[in-house]
Amino acid sequence: MKTTTKQKIAFSILFLCTIMVVLPVLFVLGIIIKNGWHGINWQFLTTMPKDGMRGGGIYPAIVGTLYLVSLSIVFSLPIGLLAAIYLNEYAKDNLLTRLIRLAIVNLSGVSSVVYGLFGLALFVTFMKFGVSILSGALTLAIMNLPIVITASREALASVPYSFREVSYSLGLSRWQTIRHSVLPFAIPGILTGAILSLARAAGETAPILFTVAAFYLPKLPDSIFDQAMALPYHLYIISTQIPNISTETRYATALVLVGIVFSMNIIAVVIRARLRKRKKW
Amino acid sequence: MVTHATRSPGHQVTSKIIIQQLSIWFGKVLALRSLNLEIQGNEILGVIGPANSGKTSFLRQLNRLNELEASFRMSGEVILDNKNIQHIKPEALRKRVGMIFALPQVLPISIYDNVAYGVRMHDGKSKSELDGIVEDSLKSSFLWDEVKDRLKELATKLSGGQQQRLCISRTLAVKPEVVLFDEPCSGLDPISTAKVEESMLKLKEKYTIVLVTNNTKQAARVSDRTAFFLTGELVEIDKTHKLFTAPKDKRTEEYIQGKFG
Repeated sequence: MKTTTKQKIAFSILFLCTIMVVLPVLFVLGIIIKNGWHGINWQFLTTMPKDGMRGGGIYPAIVGTLYLVSLSIVFSLPIGLLAAIYLNEYAKDNLLTRLIRLAIVNLSGVSSVVYGLFGLALFVTFMKFGVSILSGALTLAIMNLPIVITASREALASVPYSFREVSYSLGLSRWQTIRHSVLPFAIPGILTGAILSLARAAGETAPILFTVAAFYLPKLPDSIFDQAMALPYHLYIISTQIPNISTETRYATALVLVGIVFSMNIIAVVIRARLRKRKKW
Repeated sequence: MVTHATRSPGHQVTSKIIIQQLSIWFGKVLALRSLNLEIQGNEILGVIGPANSGKTSFLRQLNRLNELEASFRMSGEVILDNKNIQHIKPEALRKRVGMIFALPQVLPISIYDNVAYGVRMHDGKSKSELDGIVEDSLKSSFLWDEVKDRLKELATKLSGGQQQRLCISRTLAVKPEVVLFDEPCSGLDPISTAKVEESMLKLKEKYTIVLVTNNTKQAARVSDRTAFFLTGELVEIDKTHKLFTAPKDKRTEEYIQGKFG
């Protein structure tokens, strides 16, 4: 066989593999959009559910998810970022830090339902936060910590070592160096990682199952110690627990959830693209 | 031994830095062996030598940058104005002993912010004071005329030679006494090199300069005295014209004639 023929075949196979990655995504999206599109209107997004959730809107679930996600980042970003700064800038390479790194890698592999049980034991029961937004957000934050730490460490490590050397050579202290010649150049990467972790938190069901999610609430939460409805859990309930609910409502709910996750990912991609353009080192 | 390190107005030779029995290791590797050397105030000391001669380790010891490496160990003393530099806080020492790196390391911020970078951190200067320092520093490295109308532009847009002179300004802005140049022209074209050398000659009126270079001709052009290092040892140090015309050591002669390197 001629080399060019071989090459053509190889390229075709590679192309097919790429398509196989993209196709399911498009397929899923297509189905959700096709079946859910007509269910989405202003009323659906902004009113309470009624008739045992067969009618009305999903407003409290959207609000609950937004609360959860924003509160979880309040915990995970500072802790994750400071841990990343410690690991990347201060920690010496010894057995302890290697163990910490190993733990972080392993934590990201733990299944999300385990985090849910952990949250139930620690925040709901032991710390007596009850089934509440606070418990749920803390559980999500812990689940997201490995992602935030890993993304922040990569962002810090991508800042050239020479920036630090220049800063030291001008007589700046270690903290001044991190604060002024490392962090500013790592922030976009850190933000990208944080937003991606948020997108994951918004879509997870298991961690909120025991810690925050309410089957149905007739009103919006008043404080972080209240229960809340959340989109993924709401979708799970209307798909499995409630008979005779229209397909359209289910798919419309799924579409809203996917829409929120997607827009977060797109924001992250845009930030990263901007950063690449500005990056000149 | 002369230990009076004051900057006298006359031409009396004074030692700014005295190095005694300095040895440096990185892990098990000996980078510099029992170095004894004096650096005089307001001179340009050129340091030449092939790769792994210890010249960069020597230079980076003068502002204690070596100790950022975890495997670094040292013995001996470096004395700056009668004070052992190990007894000076590294931040305070590095303010007094500035450094220019091999590749121009400008930060991806504006020209103005690059020059003001170190000064801002050290003491609260007013905007107008800062403006003055930035202007003076850029003038000292002959860059002012080229950039005065675009101080807010990204420094990374400047040419390589301009970037290196910007780095010189940034170092001068924190008002050092000694300036270390680590192969400052290795990435520059001959015209940019000439400009950097011109600024060095001008700078020695105010500062003590140590120039490590791979370019022996550069040492011959700008330095007052030149030291030749080989495999971690000082082979020979002398007035530049003497070292280049009548070296005492055979290895020096071979190196400057380009027989190895």
